[in-house]
Amino acid sequence: MSNQIKVEVASICQVAPTIREFTLEAIDDELYPFSPGAHVVVEMPSAKKIYKNAYSLLSDPADTNRYRIAVRLQETSRGGSIYMHEQVKVGDQLLISPPSNLFSPFWLAKKHLMLAGGVGVTPFMSYIPEMLRRNTDFELHYMYRSLQTGAYKNELSEQLGDKYFGYDSDRHTRCDVTELLSQQPLGTHIYICGPESLIQAVEEAAQTLGLPASVIHSEEFAAPKPGMPFIAEIKSSGKQVEVSAEDSLLEALEASDISVPNLCRGGVCGQCVCTVEEGDIDHRDQYLSDDEKAAGNAIMPCVSRAAGERLVLDI
Amino acid sequence: MRVAPKEVETFRDDFTYSNSPEAIKRFPFPFPEDEYRYSVNMEPHTPKGGEGSAYEHFLDIDEHYLSEMTERKLVLDAMPHRCLAMDHMELACWDMLERLMTSLAEDYSDYFKLTIEGDQWTWENKLLNIHDTFTFGDSSTLPKPPLEYIGCQVQGDFALLDQRDGDLFLDAGMVTCPADWSLAFDAGMSFKEWHGPVPMAHNEGIFERALKYLTAMQVGSPIRRLNWTLTVNARMDTSPETYHEWGHERTSVTPDNVGEKVYLRVEVQVMDRMPRSNALMFIIRTYLISLEDIATNPEWAKRMHRTMKTLPAPLIEYKGLSRYHSMVVDYLSQFDPAN
Ligand code: HEM
Ligand code: FES
Repeated sequence: MSNQIKVEVASICQVAPTIREFTLEAIDDELYPFSPGAHVVVEMPSAKKIYKNAYSLLSDPADTNRYRIAVRLQETSRGGSIYMHEQVKVGDQLLISPPSNLFSPFWLAKKHLMLAGGVGVTPFMSYIPEMLRRNTDFELHYMYRSLQTGAYKNELSEQLGDKYFGYDSDRHTRCDVTELLSQQPLGTHIYICGPESLIQAVEEAAQTLGLPASVIHSEEFAAPKPGMPFIAEIKSSGKQVEVSAEDSLLEALEASDISVPNLCRGGVCGQCVCTVEEGDIDHRDQYLSDDEKAAGNAIMPCVSRAAGERLVLDI
Repeated sequence: MRVAPKEVETFRDDFTYSNSPEAIKRFPFPFPEDEYRYSVNMEPHTPKGGEGSAYEHFLDIDEHYLSEMTERKLVLDAMPHRCLAMDHMELACWDMLERLMTSLAEDYSDYFKLTIEGDQWTWENKLLNIHDTFTFGDSSTLPKPPLEYIGCQVQGDFALLDQRDGDLFLDAGMVTCPADWSLAFDAGMSFKEWHGPVPMAHNEGIFERALKYLTAMQVGSPIRRLNWTLTVNARMDTSPETYHEWGHERTSVTPDNVGEKVYLRVEVQVMDRMPRSNALMFIIRTYLISLEDIATNPEWAKRMHRTMKTLPAPLIEYKGLSRYHSMVVDYLSQFDPAN
């Protein structure tokens, strides 16, 4: 992807037993300013494959000289966090996406109630400076296990005073979510970032209390879905186009001098539609209707891929 | 830039607005096909058409710059509510100011200069003789609020959309040359709400797809689309607020004057994600060209004849062309004998 930004790891620090913080600085271009709740997708070129993971930016958005991200070591995950913890050193270069935001504060809210679980505190690290600047009403409720997580708890507690509430489950202090939600004034918006179980608990409590779903916001990362390599065969010429895990089908076709009309390159405009003669499709576009997708004879190559190892395209 | 700003011409009363031959040549002609239908016609806003083209830069400053800035001032003096920004859009307004200033200074360095020292910014606009130093982020250091300040120095209308719950809300903007819609009326509305009056497109799922695309847009990857309508006389401000001044002009079109009186009005719409606020900026850059001037390009005249002739009735009605559409088709038919 051409709009990626090359950054250098300026410093690394252990901010909790399983969490490392990385400070990233731009090499060629300047870094974009970013908005509270924004994340970047970091590309990790391990020997086996390129991992792409999304991490929230946790610095003050007003500081555009550097980005900070925090990575929790997840032994069971796809391996990106292991790479970050074990391979990445100060001075290394990484490619990141421009910041994007799927977890922006709802600024019209009367009050902001933030619920963080473990490393899920990170997006709130960029909320808080802007909320302080805007002088809005907020509270941070931070749930962690001090033997593993709990990054930034001391500085947050110091900075926020009575707006900060910490719960350490390794010391048996727990947050009664239903009780907490029931005390909130009308017009409060609730933000959750943490494990699925926390999100569920909050959603259930909200439902019990009759809070509308529109005041509950949770962070879901839409990191680019990993793609498997596959072969696209061109019916007219018999040409075999190899599509790597990183490239879109459209990019691979273009690289083989096969031009397909396209506009948005994001699966909405409909320009790039191609007829599929053979092979199962992993549809990822917003353009084709459910019926068309089920029929399985059209693909939007700018975003969609083969579900198997091979596709035959009628072009 | 090949087309330098020329002296002030008018978009009202005596309508002295005109296009030079160069301006005609670079006009963003909007019809790639013989039939016009609504579609999700969005593409990356990257340079196209080479030096001097209307798509050469992020913002297009052309020979009508001074005229449009004069016209904008007339509108805002009479109707200050044509520019508005809700409180929560303050940061988005600064985003917009930053984006416009940096791109103007980069692309048109003869006319605009931006000097940044920490949060002390100095802005020079040599075309309008503006030279101000201010503190970025502090509205009290600017002569006018940020959106209004920069909006009055750039051609085109502006809207800033707040993104919430996967939708966009029209919560700030400066709209002095709309094709018959009102910012005050649409303020606070969601994407589907403000598009309510548009025929056909809702059923075809066009707005659903467009909204999905817009809410997923990333910083640094602006996109554009074209929209068009027809306007009687070279009037920029065809707003509902001033309908009483221009609505009746539609009846003044005759077979004899249609070529000079009717203008093709093209909007180059640019959408760009704002980094600090996560708002979406929407720029509507309006270009006007008379049918007569279009006819200087036989290919355009022929193409436009075909699009006008096959325009669906609901679009003729919605775009307000009913009274003179047939005269337009008749006039253009002379350039398309085969049809
Ligand atoms: C987010 C930025 C956008 C804003 C602020 C905006 C605003 C508007 C407004 C105010 C109107 C006039 C509606 C009326 O009659 O009252 C309009 C018309 C329309 N819009 Fe948008 N729009 C946006 C994006 C888009 C996009 C991305 C599409 C892509 C399909 C689109 C398609 C249309 C169409 C087809 C019309 C009818 C135009 C005509 O036939 O003259 N708009 N828009
Ligand atoms: S290029 Fe738009 S859907 Fe593929």
